[in-house]
Amino acid sequence: MSVNRPFTGAQRATILNGMLAFVVMLVVLQLWLLTATMNAYLGGDHAVIRPAALASVACLLLNAGLLRYLYRIERTRR
Amino acid sequence: MQDEGREVLDVRIDSDAREGLTGTAPASIYRPLHEAEQVTIAPDWRPMDVQPAWRTDFPIDWPQDHYVERREFMKFMVLTSLAFTVGQFWIAAQDWWRRRRQPPAGVRLASLDDVPVGATRAFTYPTEHDPCVLVRTSERTLVAYSQKCTHLSCAVLPQVAEKVIRCPCHEGLFDLESGRPIAGPPRRPLPRIRLDVRGRQIFATGVEERTV
Repeated sequence: MSVNRPFTGAQRATILNGMLAFVVMLVVLQLWLLTATMNAYLGGDHAVIRPAALASVACLLLNAGLLRYLYRIERTRR
Repeated sequence: MQDEGREVLDVRIDSDAREGLTGTAPASIYRPLHEAEQVTIAPDWRPMDVQPAWRTDFPIDWPQDHYVERREFMKFMVLTSLAFTVGQFWIAAQDWWRRRRQPPAGVRLASLDDVPVGATRAFTYPTEHDPCVLVRTSERTLVAYSQKCTHLSCAVLPQVAEKVIRCPCHEGLFDLESGRPIAGPPRRPLPRIRLDVRGRQIFATGVEERTV
């Protein structure tokens, strides 16, 4: 049985802090990917460009999903 | 049940309002006066009754304020993530466009007689906006590189006696024989121009970009 109980403000703040830490890590990873891909492109290395773009999309989807979840728990607030 | 603003106890023994071991305490006694998230906390964490009057008159819900700040920051970070992804696809599009282009045609650069051992010759290849430099390092060896430094695109200068190519902007050094960086800020080798000697004529036939 699932209990659809809204989170308190303190719980939401804790969840937000955790999400924010995760999002910042993913964005730093994307920055590293972008610089490494640019270096590879300028050096004429084509092999890494497509996998790096896919990895960046995966990071973006994770980030967007976390933001969507945050808005979802805000809609069910007390 | 209220009596002049004060809550009184229901005297019935089976009343829902009774709570506690003896059943003499009203059920609401353990209920907090305010929700924890509705309590205003001053930024210096001191209680509100010692805060200045203006802060009492215009209270700010600091926990909620911090929450909104962090939520906005998270939105900004997600937008940054989107921008990085767009950048990745921009690189992929540029790469696709570059691979679709025809390889540059061969261009005659000079005659072997025009380039004695130790001499250099500037030229542009594959377009007139791509400066390059040709160096004859020995009787039988010719090398040619793009003249744009791989750090910040300053013009590099061959120093044949020292067997290096030097970038004067930030003191970057490249090996003359291989074009690889050996000192300074550059991390990538200079793009190498492929050469072909037909008879005594020197031709540029392609550009070889490298990461190591």
